[in-house]
Amino acid sequence: MTIRTARRVTQVFFLVLFLWLCVVSSSGDGFWQRGGWPVNWLLQLDPLVAVGVALAAGTLTVGLLWVLATFVLTVLFGRVFCGWLCPFGTIHQAVGWLGRRRRPLEDRIRLNRYRRWQSAKYYVLGFVLAAAALSALGGWHSSAGSLLTGLLDPIPLVYRSVTLVVLPIVDGGLQRVWITARLADGTVLMGAIFVAAVLANLGIPRFYCRFVCPTGALLGVFSRLTIWRIGRRPEPCTICRLCEKDCEGACNPASDVRSSECVMCVNCIVDCRHDAIAYQVHKSPGEITGPDVSRRGVLVSLVSGLVAVPILRLGGRLTSNWPAGLIRPPGALVEEEFLNRCIKCGQCMRVCPTNVIQPTGAQFGIESLWTPMLNNRIGTSGCQLNCVACGDICPTGAIRPISLDEKLGRGEFADNGPIRLGTAFVDRGRCLPWAMDKPCIVCQENCPVSPKAIFIGEVYQTVRDGVLTVRESAPDRLALAGAAWSEGVWASGDYYVKGVDAPDDDRRRIVQQTSDILRISPERPWSAPPAAGSRVAVQVRLQQPNIDPDKCIGCGVCEHECPVSGLRAIRVTAENESRSPKRSLLL
Amino acid sequence: MNDSQPDNTGLSRREFLGRSVKAGVAVAAAGGVGAWLVGRADRDVGDEVVRLGDYAAAGMAGRMSIAEGTDRATMLRRSLDAIGGLSAYIQRGQRVLIKVNAAFATAPSQGATSNPDLVAELVRLCLRVGAKDVIVTDNPINDPANCFRLSGIGAAAAGAGAKVVLPKDSYFRPTTVEGGRLIRNWPLLYEPLEGVDRVIGVAPVKDHFRSGASMTMKNWYGLLGGRRNQFHQQIHNTIKELAMMVSPTLVVLDGVQTMTRNGPTGGSPADLKDTRRLVVSTDQVAADAYGATQLLGLSLDDLPYLAKAAEAGVGTTDYQSLKPVAVSVT
Repeated sequence: MTIRTARRVTQVFFLVLFLWLCVVSSSGDGFWQRGGWPVNWLLQLDPLVAVGVALAAGTLTVGLLWVLATFVLTVLFGRVFCGWLCPFGTIHQAVGWLGRRRRPLEDRIRLNRYRRWQSAKYYVLGFVLAAAALSALGGWHSSAGSLLTGLLDPIPLVYRSVTLVVLPIVDGGLQRVWITARLADGTVLMGAIFVAAVLANLGIPRFYCRFVCPTGALLGVFSRLTIWRIGRRPEPCTICRLCEKDCEGACNPASDVRSSECVMCVNCIVDCRHDAIAYQVHKSPGEITGPDVSRRGVLVSLVSGLVAVPILRLGGRLTSNWPAGLIRPPGALVEEEFLNRCIKCGQCMRVCPTNVIQPTGAQFGIESLWTPMLNNRIGTSGCQLNCVACGDICPTGAIRPISLDEKLGRGEFADNGPIRLGTAFVDRGRCLPWAMDKPCIVCQENCPVSPKAIFIGEVYQTVRDGVLTVRESAPDRLALAGAAWSEGVWASGDYYVKGVDAPDDDRRRIVQQTSDILRISPERPWSAPPAAGSRVAVQVRLQQPNIDPDKCIGCGVCEHECPVSGLRAIRVTAENESRSPKRSLLL
Repeated sequence: MNDSQPDNTGLSRREFLGRSVKAGVAVAAAGGVGAWLVGRADRDVGDEVVRLGDYAAAGMAGRMSIAEGTDRATMLRRSLDAIGGLSAYIQRGQRVLIKVNAAFATAPSQGATSNPDLVAELVRLCLRVGAKDVIVTDNPINDPANCFRLSGIGAAAAGAGAKVVLPKDSYFRPTTVEGGRLIRNWPLLYEPLEGVDRVIGVAPVKDHFRSGASMTMKNWYGLLGGRRNQFHQQIHNTIKELAMMVSPTLVVLDGVQTMTRNGPTGGSPADLKDTRRLVVSTDQVAADAYGATQLLGLSLDDLPYLAKAAEAGVGTTDYQSLKPVAVSVT
């Protein structure tokens, strides 16, 4: 087995492992869905995740210590993370190979020559790290840093693209993982970037790795310390450039070897006919170890990163202008801290059993792009009372792992009360019983807390044109002058008739109705029926929903179930969410 | 014009004819496609309307038993024996569907869903009298997978040998209730019902703010899909039509505990009351009439859907007329 075969086997292994981990991070009854898979492992190996979170939040979750393995690997062997492990890199490599396999040798060599623009990724890295590092200075300014690495970090990118774009499309047809089609709002840009990044390989192989990838850049910086490296011996070399025909990193092995660009694909070693290229400890003559960046360029990227977040925050989205529609999952940290940790990997959205956690689109700004938010109109049923899956899976602790006791405010958390995601508000202009005199009350019925956070005001409302004059009456029957109803409209069980000036206990339920006759239950007849010539009113019994903000946890089940299916008549917004005392609603 | 140059403006006759034919074919094809599309009937997007059959066992109408006790499995066995034994209702080789109430993703102790021990026992009994398949299904309100898992019904039913069917999108077909006005062309969870010979409903007794109570008749609501919440605007007529839609073999009304408030979700042990009764009946109206009057403390008048269903010929609200057999399991 050549070392190239070993690399290919490793790549296929990690790609399959990645896809498998994406599939299994779902809650279900399949044997493969039960917990225990290291579904975050590749995210934890990603050095930019750990470095970004460490800079922005000043702390790491235990799982992120896997980054040390990546550093050891890089320091020993170079960027094997990129060339051997990274599933996104493997996809690029495969598509790039498809794009160039029929092309003439000189074209292939040309495609794999080093380009000056490959330094762009180092500036991307400088930008996102500077933006994150600003948080470390925090406290002195309300607009401190933010973790923007997730926008372009390849592992979160490939995770969210596969779990939120690719798999929902595949599973929508197969329905092997979920019984209903999974939706993902705000994925247009996400899908476009993924497709563009994959297709770009047809133009230039490993386009994303070479020009954009900030993780590759970070490893490129550290590859300076590498012990073993690719080297060329000028002695047997004829500069035939055959080594460059499949050079993944575009690191010029035939001339000066830019080791920061080398992704350790080892194609050059295998392709060299003259035994001039080797994996060795000493540097070869002319080797360029550091990234090809200018002092001025680095300065520009760092300064841009430092000013970016304060500019983004001029909109006041963390202060007075906070977006009420941005409802975070249960256990999410207070927004500033949340943004310091969320890497936009989409794991919470993938694992959410109801699909209510959705990637935020661009509507709340770049910082919130692809971060999790609840959209109660999507999914099978709001945020489930007995579920803490999102906090359990979050690799960076942006959503804390909480227990059911903590979520529901039981046991040792009884004093804190349940975790509130927001509060439901009734839109009385759209609610059927409030605005249209139609019985409904689905929201109250489905409210899962006990006692229910939705309580009822009962009213009897005279229907439109509902006051009529009695023509004839009997103890259980009225004939009305001028009525011409269709049969049964008042006999659904929700309509009543009473004398206009009579006391309330005069009201009787209508059990049968023809064009001008009303019958009431013979079990409860009138002792003195409304007299002929007097007026009676047909009334509907309405149960009108009201919210008890002390009880509402903002789970969104009511909003999900509201039959006003467009703009719901009861909607949750983030007011009173537990994580932000500043957003409290009540004294 | 220079005649000596090969003419690239003129055409040979052969080439002219050839091109004319191609152009003609292209124009004719485009015209043909256009003519075919215009006036074509709108594509039929709806499926064929399906109707449920009559699942009642011949000659067994009007049976009812009421067991007292707390051990649901024993109460079920004894109740069934009291009305002729399950083998009188299910013949060897028949396929049985058990419609449970798995509406909410809550623990069995909350009493918002069918009791898993009761469902498991019913599955075992069906298999014991020779049922070929026993299917357990529901289209819950909360997330279906969570509902079947947390309610304990999924594991209990599967463990007893039933096939648990979760409601996939593709399982729904439109149905129209004969003589109904509301359930028309409405998505019905049809796939698990296809080819089924017997249907048994298993429901707890629960307070229900809108309709007054949720028992065996309201339980069929879980066979509907779509935006069924609109039915709450006419809940009593809807429940009546649900009862018209399904003529079950049997219904099992579990009143060992009754959810007397905060229904139909419950959420606290305080919402439940020990009422120690289990009703098995061929008549869903009679079973619900018993539950309303004897377990929930309501009057028949409080649940207009009972009288409506009786009037539609589904059953009787006068459960005493069925001479229910009393069984004591203490």
